[in-house]
Amino acid sequence: MSQSHAMSHGAGHDHHDDHGDHDDIGYHATVKGYVVGFILSVVLTAIPFWLVGAKVLPSAHLTALVILGFAAVQMVVHMIYFLHLNAKVEGGWSLLALVFTAALVVIMLAGSIWVMYHLNANMMPMADPQVMRNMP
Amino acid sequence: MTSTTMNAAGTAPVFFDNGDHHPQRGTLLGFWLYLMSDCLLFAVLFGTYAVLGHSYAAGPSGADLFELPVVATNTALLLFSSITYGFAMIAMQHGKKQHVLAWLAVTGLLGLGFLSLELNEFAHLIHEGAGPQRSAFLSSFFTLVGTHGLHVTFGCVWLVTLMLQVRKLGLTRENKRRLVCLSMFWHFLDVVWIGVFTFVYLMGVLQ
Repeated sequence: MSQSHAMSHGAGHDHHDDHGDHDDIGYHATVKGYVVGFILSVVLTAIPFWLVGAKVLPSAHLTALVILGFAAVQMVVHMIYFLHLNAKVEGGWSLLALVFTAALVVIMLAGSIWVMYHLNANMMPMADPQVMRNMP
Repeated sequence: MTSTTMNAAGTAPVFFDNGDHHPQRGTLLGFWLYLMSDCLLFAVLFGTYAVLGHSYAAGPSGADLFELPVVATNTALLLFSSITYGFAMIAMQHGKKQHVLAWLAVTGLLGLGFLSLELNEFAHLIHEGAGPQRSAFLSSFFTLVGTHGLHVTFGCVWLVTLMLQVRKLGLTRENKRRLVCLSMFWHFLDVVWIGVFTFVYLMGVLQ
């Protein structure tokens, strides 16, 4: 590292290192950040596994909703502590791209599941074929 | 531009733009945009699984097939590999080449452990007759989980490549940039895995 340092400073490249922090590539990880993120992730992973494995909650639907909630929180934890995302990275463009992607994903997933659920419900085989034949 | 900088005597033009003013961290933003497009790819596969995940074709369901201890082990392996990659990045910030290589090696081994467990699970399913051609549920399951596994495979290949680069060239600016890109890729795969173990495995066992 020190070698490349010396090279970029010498050799008459006046403009080479003009953009602020020369050795810095916009990455500021800390041990504390990683450890906090890791502990949060372990807790947020262990609870859903426990809920499903030990059948703690009375209904499967309720359990499904709760573990989806835990997954959403854990994704945010990973984004903040592991991917170091905040409103300042790349001047806010990273966060903007993420928000745009999330909007697309929500529209697409919710729309597909909604449409296909109703399609499935309406495609149930009918008891009497005569009724089906007389339908518009 | 040229005409304005050319002086009346017709001597060589002076260019004030020497090409240095490109975006400083363009690669990282570009790589982030790639990850977002990858996110859309996974969203499509999740959507497919959400639609087809209950079409068992009178075959086995997730509750019959999935083994939670295996999934928990896989999840733990990926989670540990995330923090060991983080330690590699911290060693990189301090310029400790040997520590970077050691943490990357640990990360790679955890990734390989994840892959071998997953391949083992796939082989077991196919051997039991629950291969991708059995039902729509299993087709979408293998596509979604297999695509994630393929990403991890390429992540491992990339990781080994970078370890060789770092060993040969040291922690140069270029290598650091590459390490940051791979760190985003690796942590992103972990985020996708959160969706997989929750939506596919845990909710599959619930039903």
